[in-house]
Amino acid sequence: MAPRVGVVVFPGTNCEHDAVLAVERLGASADLVWHGDASVEGYDALIVPGGFAHGDYLRPGAIARFSPVMAAVGSFAAAGGPVVGICNGFQVLTEAGLLPGALQKNQGLRFVCATVALRVETDRSVLTAGVAVGTVLTIPINHFEGNYTCDAETLAQLRDEDRVVLRYIDNPNGSVDDIAGVCNAGRNVVGLMPHPERASDPLLGSADGVVLLQALLASALDTAGAGVA
Amino acid sequence: MGTPGTYSVLVEVRLRPGIADPQGATIERALPALGLDGVVGVRAGKAFRFEIDADDEATALERSTVVADRVLANPVIEESTVTVTGPVG
Repeated sequence: MAPRVGVVVFPGTNCEHDAVLAVERLGASADLVWHGDASVEGYDALIVPGGFAHGDYLRPGAIARFSPVMAAVGSFAAAGGPVVGICNGFQVLTEAGLLPGALQKNQGLRFVCATVALRVETDRSVLTAGVAVGTVLTIPINHFEGNYTCDAETLAQLRDEDRVVLRYIDNPNGSVDDIAGVCNAGRNVVGLMPHPERASDPLLGSADGVVLLQALLASALDTAGAGVA
Repeated sequence: MGTPGTYSVLVEVRLRPGIADPQGATIERALPALGLDGVVGVRAGKAFRFEIDADDEATALERSTVVADRVLANPVIEESTVTVTGPVG
């Protein structure tokens, strides 16, 4: 059975087709879900892709949080459904309160477009289940506001609870503790600045994102089996 | 107080103390090039102005503070100050 993936699209989202193509090539079926839709029924996993939702006005993700679809995404996440926010999607999930912390402007105030090395820090998340801790992945980043920030208490909690999912090997943006991705307490909501969907074929320069997307699809099948959606 | 009408609101949003402010730091580093020495502690922020209809100033402040806290500022990294004046109309 092929997992069904919903890819959320806001006005200004621009990575939705990459995400759809990447998961379809791994055997999933995928649909675009418009931000004005108030339902995500029938999906086994959700991706909130990159781009500039609502023009990134006010703050990245600040307006997207109020789109009708976000209440549905919140309910889906609360029921244990796998949700992954990539880049702008990560910013949306932090603004929506589904993930802790915030993404602020990069240290050095530069838009960073580069392919970076990441270390998998936990295999206890929907995006890294089955991927050995310590695995180094080469995946592109492409952002101005990717500098992960949280207070000391939150950071201690993330570390204690093994919720830092990915770290940069060479910190490109000033993120606290080299954090590139985190998960929620339920481990079913993951946000990351790097773009695994852009590292989904050797032709793109790297296929290292495939293991992450495969882990997501495996989690989606578990969801389908458990009847979360 | 106690005057129904339209109040003028200024919301200033800034990063919380201790949160790194690369924008403020960059501005601060640029100033000596203009001969403007001795400017320290630059912090960049945002300001929003709007008007709000309310029965009195206290209500205008209360509702504007909700706007500031729930939308205009991200409490994880930012704090805000709300100033209400009026009624202006």
